[in-house]
Amino acid sequence: MSTKRAKTTASVGSKGKDPKESESSAGSVAVHGHPDDICPLTLTSATQELFGCRYDGDVTRDNPYKILRKEDILQDLRNRAAVSDFSPVKQLVLAYPEDELLLVYDRDFIYGSSFYLVLTVEGKDRHLMPIVAEVGEEALEREPSDVFAAQKTPEPRPWISLGSEQEIEEESVTDSRPRVKTPKCYEISRVRRAFGAPVFFSDRNAAETKDGFIECTPYQDKIFSLKQMERHCGVQAIPNCNSSSTQTPWTYPKNMCTQYEPREFSKEEKENCLQSEELKHFISLAVSRLEVAIQQNEIADVFFDDWKALSEDDGGYAGKADSHLKEYQSFTDLHFSQEKTISNISWHPTISGVIAVAMTERLSFEDRINASTKLLLNPSLILFWSFSDPINPQLLLECPDDVFSFEFCPSDPNIIVGSCMNGQVVLWDISAHVERLQGTRSSDTRDNETSVVRYCAVSSIEHGHKAPVTDIQWLPETFEVSRMGVPMENKSGMCVQIVTCAPDCCLMFWDIRAPRVAFQNMADQRKQKVEEKPLENPDGVPNTFKHLNLTWKPLFRVCPRLVNIPAIHSPNWGLNGSQTPNLFSDNLFFLPQDGELVYTDWKLEKDDSGRLFSVKPSHRFTIHDGLVNTVRRSPFFKDIVLTVGGWTFAIWKEGVMNGPIIHSSCSQRKCTVGYWSQSRPAVFYIGKEDGNLEVWDLLEKTHEPSQTQNITTAPITCIKPWIISSKQHLLAVSDHLGTLHILEIPWTLRSPCSNEKLSVNKYFEKEVDRLVYFDKRREMRTKEKKNMDAEELRKKMVRQRSQISKWILIIICLVGTYSVVKYIPGKLYFFLTYLD
Amino acid sequence: QAEVEETLKRIQTHKGVIGTIVVNAEGIPIRTTLDNSTTVQYAGLLHQLTMKARSTVRDIDPQNDLTFLRIRSKKHEIMVAPDKEYMLIVIQNPSE
Repeated sequence: MSTKRAKTTASVGSKGKDPKESESSAGSVAVHGHPDDICPLTLTSATQELFGCRYDGDVTRDNPYKILRKEDILQDLRNRAAVSDFSPVKQLVLAYPEDELLLVYDRDFIYGSSFYLVLTVEGKDRHLMPIVAEVGEEALEREPSDVFAAQKTPEPRPWISLGSEQEIEEESVTDSRPRVKTPKCYEISRVRRAFGAPVFFSDRNAAETKDGFIECTPYQDKIFSLKQMERHCGVQAIPNCNSSSTQTPWTYPKNMCTQYEPREFSKEEKENCLQSEELKHFISLAVSRLEVAIQQNEIADVFFDDWKALSEDDGGYAGKADSHLKEYQSFTDLHFSQEKTISNISWHPTISGVIAVAMTERLSFEDRINASTKLLLNPSLILFWSFSDPINPQLLLECPDDVFSFEFCPSDPNIIVGSCMNGQVVLWDISAHVERLQGTRSSDTRDNETSVVRYCAVSSIEHGHKAPVTDIQWLPETFEVSRMGVPMENKSGMCVQIVTCAPDCCLMFWDIRAPRVAFQNMADQRKQKVEEKPLENPDGVPNTFKHLNLTWKPLFRVCPRLVNIPAIHSPNWGLNGSQTPNLFSDNLFFLPQDGELVYTDWKLEKDDSGRLFSVKPSHRFTIHDGLVNTVRRSPFFKDIVLTVGGWTFAIWKEGVMNGPIIHSSCSQRKCTVGYWSQSRPAVFYIGKEDGNLEVWDLLEKTHEPSQTQNITTAPITCIKPWIISSKQHLLAVSDHLGTLHILEIPWTLRSPCSNEKLSVNKYFEKEVDRLVYFDKRREMRTKEKKNMDAEELRKKMVRQRSQISKWILIIICLVGTYSVVKYIPGKLYFFLTYLD
Repeated sequence: QAEVEETLKRIQTHKGVIGTIVVNAEGIPIRTTLDNSTTVQYAGLLHQLTMKARSTVRDIDPQNDLTFLRIRSKKHEIMVAPDKEYMLIVIQNPSE
């Protein structure tokens, strides 16, 4: 503020120099020599003291303005009336609108007096305003340069006072006079000549002259004892601010799991609940609703689609014409199947469309012996046919002798085991030729001629069968048999054991794994190691079964004890292959012989001396009047077996030892082979001597085949069905001439009717009941007959006795008459006793 | 409580009924004819489903309430009779 005042004094000074400028704006110069709105005044020192505007005290050159209150002036006027200095301006003061008047100290006596009073508000403003105007002008002078330098700065505008600065000015503490600066400079001046002049000091009494001294008497300044009762303070309302903080602990992520178990009631709680009244009430209410619903369901199944179900049965009638077995393809090889017959067929388990047949010579035993030299030159073969090529077989397997039966290993289809006429068991490994069979070989015709695979292992001749091995089967992959004949669980999950049978009354179990060397001593082991050097591989035979070649011995053999020793000719037998090895306790199977069927347990038992022997067969049946050539289990029922032999076939149920549950009548021709259908539980196929294929449907007719179809002119040697896809079921039929026919099974024969299994089961049960009933009746009849016979005998005895007694009586009479005189009482007595 | 037993036995002997479960309001089985794990599973799942069904019915019309729930599946039909405190579940095979 002091700086401002400095400026104002400068301005006032400049104004003083140019009074006419400012005053021309204010108004015209009045007659008096001063403007209208100011009135020069002369204030006495008393007045000055009273109003606080003494010369060079309160009001100085720097600070010429003094605001006087109107009331004070009026008060003064009232107090001192005419004496007051303000009397000339009394009217003007009274007319003054505001409360405060501006008194200006006119040091330079511009208007003729030491003071002048500004009488109008505008004047007052004008006196105070120029401060701002000057400031504004100066500011404006400064600004333009800045404006040109940075054009973004806004232009300053003059500040319009709205009266708010008054409060601030009132409250602000400002210096009323400039501070005394130390060191304080007082200028004392004297004439130059006076310096250095001799001075004569004398004394003077202070009390002598008036006003010789100024007395400063202490007085109590009321200011310091004043207590400030009120104080202005500023209050501002702001919204409520709240500051708070939290800290989340950072932990590393870790696995967490919850485990829960359901809530359950204890027994007592359950009892409590059950006995509560509410439960009774609830049950009585709920049960009524429930019974309605349950009954609805019992009456009819509302969601059962009758329309769909109808269509299944209808198809059978409409497609009656379609029940013919259509010929799909037929395979004959001109090179290899001349004068040969097919003894066995086997479908490849994994590659679809590949079938293997075993070719054997069509000669009787005598002819075989006679032509044995010629036979040695023609090796026996197993041919692999593929549907893609009906002329050339894909693969040929060489066998040491005619193969009667062969099987693919179920767990590894590249291993094939075959049984030969000379009693040997042969192994082949065709892993090298699998791509050829799959048909994925390259298109170049390098492999035009069919490759021949030699067998990789044969069993040893001394230890094998002594008769042609007629059938061979793999044991299921879940169990194996130990050396002692105890069935165990097979942990490897692969088929490793084979069972063979031959007419030398023997059943042999073979293992294709390398024999364990646990009990060999060091010498043998070393010898073996030396021998195990990789041998040369003639004929490119894979080394898979090198360990078995020519040294293969059966694991153990079962020779069922039979009273007489007929030939065991068993082309097939059914093993009770239970999937869970823990369940099988006794393995019973059928061992067909010449027309006789034997049912026995092959487990070996120990007798008194500790040797193992086979038990006696439990049952023998003579049903078929010819060689039994087929024993087959039904794929749908584990205990139903079909046997075919001679002129009849029979169906047996395990456990029913009275006889076959179904026995067909004798047919015109011999039945050569039989097989169950793989998709329909009631259907099976019988092959005949005249090349006919009979289709039997147990649900349709049981006294004759439901359909007969002629396939070839030669007897049928083997039947094997196979399911390629759900729409295509094929039947492979081979005949005595060496031709393989592939027939397609029509829809009627491959899709089962609704509940077919159930119906067939019921039929079998009925048959069993019939058998049982018949047996009972037979027993009854025999008993009756026995009774009747006994009765007859007794009657006869009685008659005879009576006749004898009659004769004795006559003799005695005769004797009596002659010896009455001869008194022989003893003899008479003897005779009489004899009669009794 | 003999009546309760008798009624439940009567339901169980209907043709095709596989099992009967009585469950309290919280889904804890009180009485059952099936084995424990199956019972607990059925009780828990059906309790939730019944609650959901009931809330659905009541959302649509607050003055309505669920009286019976039948779930038909390929193999059988599950019938639930709900109440305030208890729930009766019956599993039946209709096509027998």
